[in-house]
Amino acid sequence: MACKIIVFVKQVPDTKNVTGQAMKEDGTVNRAALPAIFNPEDLNALELALQLKERYNGYVVVATMGLPSAAGVLRSALSRGADEAILLTDRALGGADTLATSFALSRCAKKIGNFDLILCGRQAIDGDTAQVGPQIAEKLALPQISYVEEVLELGDGKIRAKRAIEGGYEILESPTPALLTVIDSNDPRPQHARLLMKFKRAKTPSEIKAEGGDDAAIEAAKAKGLLIGEWAAADFIPADEMDRVGKKGSPTNVKQIQSVILTAKDYKKVEPTADGVAGLIHELIADHTLG
Amino acid sequence: MADKIGNVWVFIEQEGGKIADVSLELVSKGKELAERLGVKTEAVLLGNNVESCCSTLFEYGCDTVYLAEDPRLEPFTVLPFAKVIMDLIRTYNPNILLFGATMKGRELAPRVASEKLAGLTADCTDLKIEDFDDKVNGKYYTDKLMQIRPAFGGNIIATIVNTWDDPQMVTVREGVMKMGTPEAGRTGEIIKVDVALTAEETVVKVIERIREEKSVDLKGARIIVAGGYGVGSKENFKLIHDLAKALGGEVGASRAAVDAGWINHDHQVGQTGVTVRPNLYIACGISGSIQHCAGMSDSKKIIAINTDPNAPIFSVAHYGIVGDLNQIIPMMIKAYKAKA
Repeated sequence: MACKIIVFVKQVPDTKNVTGQAMKEDGTVNRAALPAIFNPEDLNALELALQLKERYNGYVVVATMGLPSAAGVLRSALSRGADEAILLTDRALGGADTLATSFALSRCAKKIGNFDLILCGRQAIDGDTAQVGPQIAEKLALPQISYVEEVLELGDGKIRAKRAIEGGYEILESPTPALLTVIDSNDPRPQHARLLMKFKRAKTPSEIKAEGGDDAAIEAAKAKGLLIGEWAAADFIPADEMDRVGKKGSPTNVKQIQSVILTAKDYKKVEPTADGVAGLIHELIADHTLG
Repeated sequence: MADKIGNVWVFIEQEGGKIADVSLELVSKGKELAERLGVKTEAVLLGNNVESCCSTLFEYGCDTVYLAEDPRLEPFTVLPFAKVIMDLIRTYNPNILLFGATMKGRELAPRVASEKLAGLTADCTDLKIEDFDDKVNGKYYTDKLMQIRPAFGGNIIATIVNTWDDPQMVTVREGVMKMGTPEAGRTGEIIKVDVALTAEETVVKVIERIREEKSVDLKGARIIVAGGYGVGSKENFKLIHDLAKALGGEVGASRAAVDAGWINHDHQVGQTGVTVRPNLYIACGISGSIQHCAGMSDSKKIIAINTDPNAPIFSVAHYGIVGDLNQIIPMMIKAYKAKA
């Protein structure tokens, strides 16, 4: 059985490894100083897609919405074994909250068409909302299976998957096409050396033009399988739905942003000696913190 | 905008007829918001044979329970739950709808919000009612829900406002809202809901379901001894257990220790684990990532033990011990046993 799988991925700032260099003097994070990475759970989703590709003779399309520089995660996906990559980039798509984002991605999936599965990472580490996957599913009226650890069976118009629940797991069966959100449950393969050599030269039409290439250069890249698809909003959002993407399609407004500053409290240094520790324990017993 | 604003709704999560703590926390918070707005606090309860939950919900402050009972609503699956809740929203137009940011809440709420075309803010840590002056669009909104959440890996706190049609929807982290005191004998109205499901909403079948109750109750613990990556090994985690046992506390852990497989996820404190505020939190070999600190920095007293004097954990601690936990912990046990 052949199957077609769409994987939606995101390039994110590496919020989990905030080093001293990314900290400003006032104790806040300098977001611009954080490296851009492949969102970790999206790598798990891609890995699952690639495993299914190998098991079922599948075809994997990876798509991302973001700035032109997000083409980087698409090259990385191609170097891991994805068959096709599409960058959705347009000012009209910017400023989107999860509702507008999921609407745009649902229209991307519609345009790709004829898919059996959509895979997303559970959540992205910049927002941690876990909303875009379920919302894409709703927009396309697809069943969703969240928190997938493993696909047990795929075929005959249905899928059986193991997914995490609070305190355990479930095995769910759903008709396909379906949308799955994937958790950190597999070991994403590294980029393949030979593919990496090949696909580091994969580019979007805009990148080719920025380097002085013409239409013939774009055609040449396409012939070699080195062209990353690049869609502007008008390429995949119907004209009468344009107000459902970007800032206009977003019901939520950010009223205020405050940086978190870890505040120093009344701080007491305790000597790492038997006397120091005994003094501390004594103090905690005296103030009834310890019974 | 409607003439009269709608009520405050809380989605009630239950497992086998036992209401999740987070739902009662949200009933308490919802009641506070509803009183501020002069509207009712209402619960949305779905399941099969769950009517017995209603009395508890009334005692915690609900005025109304919308009760939807059907065998197809047990166990929980997203599609039928979303359908029933959507039908209720269309009929009653609530102003605010609160979900726990649990695994269920986080997969259900976006499905509902997407269909309703409502904004949804995930993982809120605080909620309040305030006016919103939208200077960009020149509009002024009165009495909107301020949806306060950490973002960017916990490095910033954002206040989000939803300006489209109601309901204003949020998921709220477990353990951050205080559960109120139940008022014995308080009652309210049960509104039984017709469960109208089609084949479309029941396509996903649960083939197998394995579940255990959480092995530890960190939220209720007075004392928590938590270990991080600095503990070094699964075997060495015994030290953390020993200290917790000696002091009569529970064992917590950082994500790094959980990821390393030294202890199970039920023990994880922090943004992707539980939020705790015990009387005493002892952080052993925990560097103090902002994600971890977000889940424990409200503890009354915090002791940090770490070999690295620059570890960020010291900046939230009341007592800092720069030293090797392998030596310090036995000293603590010994000192406590001698004094107590």
